[in-house]
Amino acid sequence: MEDAARLLQLVVNGAAAGCIYGLIALGFVLIYKATEMVNFAQGDIMMLGGFVAYSLIAHYGLNYWVGALLAIAITAAFGFALDAVILRRVIGQPQFAVVMLTLGLGFIFRAGAGIGWGYDSVGFNTPFTNKTATIGQLVLGQDNLSIIVGTVLLCGVLYVFFSKTRLGVAMQASSQNQLAAYYMGIPVRTVFSLIWAISAGVAAVAGILLSPVSMIDVNMGFLGIKAFAAAVIGGFGSIPGSLVGGVVVGIVEQLAGYYLPAGFQEVTSNVVLLAMLILRPQGLFAELSGKRV
Amino acid sequence: MTEPLLRVNAIETFYGPIQAIRGVSIEVAPRQMVTVLGANGAGKTTVLRTISGVLNPERGQIVFEGRDIANMAPDQVMRMGICHVPEGRETFPFLTVRENLMMGAYTRRDPAGVVADLELCYTYFPRLQERQDQRAGLLSGGEQQMLAISRALMGKPKLLLLDEPSLGLSPLLVQQIFGIIRRINEEQGVAILLVEQNAHIALKTADYGYVLEVGRVVIEDQCAMLIHRDDIKEFYLGQKEAGVRGQRRWKRKREWN
Repeated sequence: MEDAARLLQLVVNGAAAGCIYGLIALGFVLIYKATEMVNFAQGDIMMLGGFVAYSLIAHYGLNYWVGALLAIAITAAFGFALDAVILRRVIGQPQFAVVMLTLGLGFIFRAGAGIGWGYDSVGFNTPFTNKTATIGQLVLGQDNLSIIVGTVLLCGVLYVFFSKTRLGVAMQASSQNQLAAYYMGIPVRTVFSLIWAISAGVAAVAGILLSPVSMIDVNMGFLGIKAFAAAVIGGFGSIPGSLVGGVVVGIVEQLAGYYLPAGFQEVTSNVVLLAMLILRPQGLFAELSGKRV
Repeated sequence: MTEPLLRVNAIETFYGPIQAIRGVSIEVAPRQMVTVLGANGAGKTTVLRTISGVLNPERGQIVFEGRDIANMAPDQVMRMGICHVPEGRETFPFLTVRENLMMGAYTRRDPAGVVADLELCYTYFPRLQERQDQRAGLLSGGEQQMLAISRALMGKPKLLLLDEPSLGLSPLLVQQIFGIIRRINEEQGVAILLVEQNAHIALKTADYGYVLEVGRVVIEDQCAMLIHRDDIKEFYLGQKEAGVRGQRRWKRKREWN
């Protein structure tokens, strides 16, 4: 019984970490589907979102919820500007140029954050910090639960947005066929910048949800590497896949950390990724369709 | 002579260093149906893409309702009232048929009119109504063509640009679709600029025709006249006068050369 409870606790903690990976992976996938660019700075945008929230809440003393919403909005605006000013110019260039550009942007963001906020880990008080919820024999951290609940809510909102609103469907349409979207009168460039804004906003949510669990520091963006594995496991291009992939990576990591010797935890995401690429290279949720004549 | 709806005046369009259009002039009057014929590589599709703003002409004007639209972006051109049905359908494969149609009405702000036009599309193409909740990528080629035409109609165009609607369809389906295109033109009063390789059906359906060869208009006339010209019959309709052994096709010259 105790073993079962422990296992469940590990799974919940893993799922919480996995939700963070999943949210970053979601940002990768949204941008990739729309513009066929892989944004390697996604993790660093999460870091920026976390720092902005830290400034607003710990420094300017805003209420947690107000500060969080404002930080999400600011990061989203930053994502919009990033595309409108910089990344729009490399559409159509070789993939390698995009990879170098976004990797470089990641470096710049880390350096900029270091200059602005310093290299020490920081944190701020949230309503979930150091609180627990007891369900039967289970003792779960509210911080972890808040990550899971927050991710589920965010996914619900995004699902409704993408499938029910005019702009959301137009975003899908622009991702699927750019030229036809232009012919429909959809301002495709603005739509793509808005997709960048959503990705950055989602990353900011991840950063804010993560802050009670692990501190905010300049290098937290390296989580993006595990999130990348999550996106590939999910079938790079599938939105539910990226979240499931994230949760898989998170849970496997937790279990490996508990049951396997020290050191295994760090490599498990890559082991899962390799296994996936060998067994099912198209990913868990591949969307395949041939063009008909 | 009334002012035409669309006047394309001596446009020249380049793909990089290659000149695809060498001074083409075309006019479409309100409610008129005009066709542009030509072989592969004659520049037909390029003319349409230049009109809809995907390509910008190096020289020449494109005047639509008195405004020069030559250097506008494609989404602005669409907002002027020109809807383009591209070659190869180009539907949104993962959206349902209905969502595809609603995307055609993306720029409109009159929900009642949109619903009415959706019904209109379903009366022209009942097959689309049967399949309205299916993903467009799962439709057959003919159904996708119907969807592409309907999607453009949803934008309430004043001018419809149709690029090779017969591509890859069975002869029977081509007959049906061209019949409906003609009805759309007459019943809705939409002017149509139709680009086709299938000269036979295009000349029978349209009012006025242009023949394009290597980026130039070589001949233009009423379709009823074009269809009886010997050179058109020979080179575009593939007809030979039976029994005249002395006049084999390689001895005949195109009259416009």
